[in-house]
Amino acid sequence: MSIFDKSAFKFSHQHRLFRTSAISSGQIVQFKLSDIGEGITEVTVKEWYVKEGDSVSQFDSICEVQSDKASVTITSRYDGIIRKLHYNLDEIAYVGKPLVDIETDALKDVASEEDVVETPAVSHEEHTHQEIKGHKTLATPAVRRLAMENNIKLSEVVGTGKDNRILKEDILNYLAKQTGAILPPSPKPEIIPPLPKSETAPAAPKDKGTKIPIPISKPIVFAGKDKTEAVTGFHKAMVKTMTAALKIPHFGYCDEIDLTQLVQLREELKPLAQIRGVKVSFMPFFIKAASLGLLHYPILNASVDENCQNITYKASHNIGVAMDTEQGLIVPNVKNVQVCSVFEIASELNRLLTLGSAGQLGTNDLTAGTFTLSNIGTIGGTYAKPVILPPEVAIGALGKIQVLPRFNGNGEVFKAQIMNVSWSADHRIIDGATMARFSNLWKSYLENPASMLLDLK
Amino acid sequence: MVIPSSLKNCFQLFYVLKISAAGFKYTANRGLILQSVSSDVYQNLAVEDWIHDNMNLENRQVLFLWRNSPTVVIGRHQNPWQECNLKIMRKKNIKLARRRSGGGTVYHDLGNINFTFFTSKKKYERMENLKLVVRALKGLRPQLDVCATDRYDLLLDGNFKISGTAAKLGRTVAYHHCTLLCSADRFILSSVLKSPYKGIKSNATPSMPALVKNLFEEDPTLTCEMVMDAVAAEYARCHRIDHHITLINPADETVFPGINNKTKELQTWEWIYGKTPKFNISTCFNMVYEQSLLEVKVDIHVKHGRIEVCNIDLPEQWLPPAMCNELEENLIGSKFCPSETTALASALLRICPQNYELHSKWSLLCENVMTLM
Repeated sequence: MSIFDKSAFKFSHQHRLFRTSAISSGQIVQFKLSDIGEGITEVTVKEWYVKEGDSVSQFDSICEVQSDKASVTITSRYDGIIRKLHYNLDEIAYVGKPLVDIETDALKDVASEEDVVETPAVSHEEHTHQEIKGHKTLATPAVRRLAMENNIKLSEVVGTGKDNRILKEDILNYLAKQTGAILPPSPKPEIIPPLPKSETAPAAPKDKGTKIPIPISKPIVFAGKDKTEAVTGFHKAMVKTMTAALKIPHFGYCDEIDLTQLVQLREELKPLAQIRGVKVSFMPFFIKAASLGLLHYPILNASVDENCQNITYKASHNIGVAMDTEQGLIVPNVKNVQVCSVFEIASELNRLLTLGSAGQLGTNDLTAGTFTLSNIGTIGGTYAKPVILPPEVAIGALGKIQVLPRFNGNGEVFKAQIMNVSWSADHRIIDGATMARFSNLWKSYLENPASMLLDLK
Repeated sequence: MVIPSSLKNCFQLFYVLKISAAGFKYTANRGLILQSVSSDVYQNLAVEDWIHDNMNLENRQVLFLWRNSPTVVIGRHQNPWQECNLKIMRKKNIKLARRRSGGGTVYHDLGNINFTFFTSKKKYERMENLKLVVRALKGLRPQLDVCATDRYDLLLDGNFKISGTAAKLGRTVAYHHCTLLCSADRFILSSVLKSPYKGIKSNATPSMPALVKNLFEEDPTLTCEMVMDAVAAEYARCHRIDHHITLINPADETVFPGINNKTKELQTWEWIYGKTPKFNISTCFNMVYEQSLLEVKVDIHVKHGRIEVCNIDLPEQWLPPAMCNELEENLIGSKFCPSETTALASALLRICPQNYELHSKWSLLCENVMTLM
């Protein structure tokens, strides 16, 4: 927008003159707002697509104006640089009055006042529907196409076929007369006959000193530009969260879980789940098993204050499930898993997933988590190094389930469904042994789902 | 360069249509009647874009018939927060679209028919198009009292609006489109077209609310199919072309090269919300916290759909000033959108002092600020 308002007109005028005489060879052209039709004399400027100093080409959009329910895109008639915008947003612009000032290259042609219509010498209509002296020209579609491709008006060709039908030969004859040459009948690419042998391959290297021509390499031109944008909104908040997270001394512990029995159990439960109308994935089992483990190792469900002076053991197991959405990574949590059945966890998880994909999760669903599981395996990967989400002290990343060969108790190879888990924990309050024991317990519940029944709360 | 590509695209669509309009080729070049098989508003709006950008309408006219699944469509320069109830729309899965033409906000569902009249800029004539629709309706049911107003609306019985108009003018092509209420859900229409948001100050084009009625209420034997056919027949008669409706699939890249990019663009947040002219919200709301009523004043400036200025005035010391500042600072640059705000607020809660009272106050404040979005 112009920073020189009308009161500073004198200054802007001088400024323009200085530029014109000292630097550029272009002239300032006042581009007037052309007629919009329907007798409209004024419009409101609603959006500018250019600002002063931008360069524009002919037909580039300059601004959007509105008049009585009609939105009009005004395009440039000239190539050049925008020197002045005559209106601010929401101001009334007048038809016939200057809209923008453009500095054009004085030598270039300027488009006429009339709208330029991009058509070749002959438009479609002439080919398909022609009336010459009251008769329609007859020609097959192939002939019409040939005529169009060579910019020939069918009305000017004499037809020698039946009923004065224009034949392919007629078009070719017409062309020959026009250009004095015999043109190829079809637009197929010309087949270049191979050169006679004596001219082709370089002679067998009798003379080893012959130089091999070096190919001329053109400089590789890449027209892409770097793009910088501010980190805002949710991403900005994530920067803060992750910075705080990495202040926590992390240690990692990984293991492999044989889910063969769980896979079978889930298959058996599918019909029942279907009857109840809830989809049951593996996550509800992972979550419930984690909660059972936390009952034995409550320090993993705790929180420390800023200087690590006090530990708070949380009573509720609010287990978070990392979700990939349009916003990015968000972590809704299932509340009070310690009193929920696997089925209830599955229902709640479905509710959170549905809301998450619609972008409708509330703050209640996204806060007060105490422990997190991240099922990165659904996207891919085996082992990971998850980052603890403050104010929690532990997190688990689950890899994808792979079918791998393993040995059973009899030393036989069998097909096993293997998933990897990677835990991270706050080493200030959690030691490796605690994490390992928790992981073993969690693993045993999942490898032998019947054992979960014994401890199920 | 522009010339060969526009010709090529035009030829492709024209060539395909010529084959499917077998036997009508001599008139297909004077005019075309197209009907979309899709009820996806973004795909259908993309067809309008495609025809506007690619077809040569120097001596040709096109009529495009389309219907959409439940959607609210706002005009190019409108403010969705001012025009419709985004909360109800999110709950009921009603889409929001911003069209490229001007004008006001309308509700579409399968009981509403959209007509788009494409012409060269020189032949742009809205009243003629509306008279054509009126003639078609009267031809179908002579007793119908339908007329066009000087605001380019169609009224039933002189009182009820059954059609609204909007238009888009480009460099060489213009289109005029209008709605027609046949059997739309009026209950949902009136609930979604009422904005619950207060305190908005904006220069966006406002809509004029009007009493509406369906043609179906006047004559239950009328169906959308009958009306579409009648208008197509009248169009064919006026432009002396064959009464042949060509069905088109807006997702077909072979007929409409490049159309899927246009569809994608129309669905981006940057287009739908980001193109809202800048506006300010100056309002206050009450919060109840542990039996006390608190008054909160809010001043938010939104530009390109993102928060530029954010001032939240809370009762003194209710929340530590540092926390309130943290919220304001982080909202700046963020999309004016409840899901973005929820995610942001929840992430920030992780790094502030872990105190049940503070957390519940923060959550309460954020939930309330989100009701403005």
